[in-house]
Amino acid sequence: MKRALAVTDYTLVSALGQGRAATFEALRHGRSGLARRDFETATVGGWIGVVDGIDGLPWPDEFAAFDCRNHRLAELGLRADGFADRVRAATARYGAARVGVFLGTSTSGILQTEQAYRRRDPVTGALPTDLQYGQTHNMYSLARFVRLRLALSGPAFVVSTACSSSAKVFASAARMIALDQIDAAVVGGVDSLCLTTLYGFRSLELISDDICRPWDAQRAGLSIGEAAAFALLEREPVDARAWLLGSGESSDGHHMSSPHPEGAGAVAAMRAALAMADLAPRDVDYLNLHGTGTPGNDAAEDHAVGAVFGGDLPCSSTKGFTGHTLGAAGAVEAAISMLALENGLAPANLNLREPDPALGVRVLREPRAGRLRVVASNSFGFGGSNACLVFGAAA
Amino acid sequence: MSGRPIEVSLCGIGLLGPGLAGWGAGQALLRRPESWHGTASVVPPPARLPPAERRRAGMVVKVAIAVAEEACAAAGIDPALPVTVFASSAAEPANCHALCEALATPQRLVSPTRFTNSVHNAASGYWHIATHSMQASTSLSAFDASFAAGLLEAAVQCRAGGLPVLLVASDVPYPEPLHALRPLPDSFALALLLAPQGAGPRLTLQTDSGRPATRCDDAGLEALRSTIPAARALPLLQALARAGAATVVVDGAPGLSLQIGIAP
Repeated sequence: MKRALAVTDYTLVSALGQGRAATFEALRHGRSGLARRDFETATVGGWIGVVDGIDGLPWPDEFAAFDCRNHRLAELGLRADGFADRVRAATARYGAARVGVFLGTSTSGILQTEQAYRRRDPVTGALPTDLQYGQTHNMYSLARFVRLRLALSGPAFVVSTACSSSAKVFASAARMIALDQIDAAVVGGVDSLCLTTLYGFRSLELISDDICRPWDAQRAGLSIGEAAAFALLEREPVDARAWLLGSGESSDGHHMSSPHPEGAGAVAAMRAALAMADLAPRDVDYLNLHGTGTPGNDAAEDHAVGAVFGGDLPCSSTKGFTGHTLGAAGAVEAAISMLALENGLAPANLNLREPDPALGVRVLREPRAGRLRVVASNSFGFGGSNACLVFGAAA
Repeated sequence: MSGRPIEVSLCGIGLLGPGLAGWGAGQALLRRPESWHGTASVVPPPARLPPAERRRAGMVVKVAIAVAEEACAAAGIDPALPVTVFASSAAEPANCHALCEALATPQRLVSPTRFTNSVHNAASGYWHIATHSMQASTSLSAFDASFAAGLLEAAVQCRAGGLPVLLVASDVPYPEPLHALRPLPDSFALALLLAPQGAGPRLTLQTDSGRPATRCDDAGLEALRSTIPAARALPLLQALARAGAATVVVDGAPGLSLQIGIAP
């Protein structure tokens, strides 16, 4: 990226509510969206971040084949803050073929298939014929739905690199714009609750029975949430809400489900993002941590953040608010980082009772008001996938 | 309006598919398809992986590593150097089936290894472990257009970063009952090592609005092309095997196509 790229609009829907204002109110008042409740037929215990209003959303006949929880959540996101209208205006300027769609998800609409496996033909084992594999289950289904829904015809794909997915789409879109493949891009991430992730993370003993407590001495794992977050990136902005200043990506090359113990890959991603932004570590005013709340992840990230920024940078994980929204986490936390920039408020690291004495990063126990010029957001995933985004204030 | 043309050099190729055991042996068959027989793909064990990872690696990981190794060797590049892009419609179908089957039982006993390997970027994770590479890596899906999407992303990364990029496109069939809904006949994978400049044919990529895709001139190859997303690369591979100047068109997402000019 030779120059900053305008983020002309963004929005998010999570357990905190729908849109920027509802999200910011929750962040400002330290109100978590997590609750101790069950999802569907799952009984894994713990706290989850559920988006209300998904099942009751009227679904247009036109998209009947796409009907699934993940796309209903995507639709809520597209409607929030008039995001779809903003995309329509950009499309009118650039043309549908010059607007790309790059979205992240980890499990797409797998819930449809999980439920269909309970309805297999008892004799033949066949799946019910109403399962729409290509429209709901396939990893690309999310971008396919959003591209159709927004009537776009530019390049499109889904990035699926576990929990860094929807951070990395910002980097892909910025490169596509820099190389003059497109003029604008819809980026973001959507991941909805499903049995695969609830039971899968439980099988790895990574789900906390307690609410997730990133950076706490007693932290015992993650709380899973669902969310949709979108951003519109434009080459020639009329106005901008924030600027994407840089992105950094790396691999751990270490282990499939554990981070490098010293966060070597995370260090490389953060340094690459700063280098692209042409900024020094001291130029960053706030860092949104990946901060899942598992003992190993937070320790590795703490080490990495300390190595890059030292111990003075105000940081927080916002997963105590939203839960870990997995493939949507990168875009959700990019949106939260931009909310922090726009409102001059770094959110607190919720649910922190007793800071882990072994960790050294300066984690905010209360929200911190004050002008922010540059913020960064970390996202790391299974498979050793790391991403860091750096955003600058609009003015 | 289409995208600006992107030029890259193609420095190495890896291939694995029905009756195609590597680019070295496969290119003669693709040049003269009358001597090709579409016998089932033979997947070598991923010797490069440490023993624990080798035991856990699924089929899509194995085919990806096989073609990635061949492309890097052909290009004479240290496999830890290139940025990587992994394109696959569905990554590891056997894991997905096993997880859905387990979740449909009352006990819901999910294998932690199955779950870990169910991520779409499993092949990327294993490759970077095998090669001790900390380079950036993207794993993407565009359903039937995954190859074109991956090639565009790889070429854009190559030119944006001025670095070699390894593209790996691989698809593996689902077991039943999902196979009935998504019937891929066999596994197919290819790897292309791209560089901003370098020895090898020069590729010029350009997106365009919905031009018809180039087909294979052999019915058997055409059947693979039209049923396996990664095999959408076959017309490009045939043109490369024939080593002349050519232009091929690959399907992108609906309404979009990727035109690839080849200058030997």
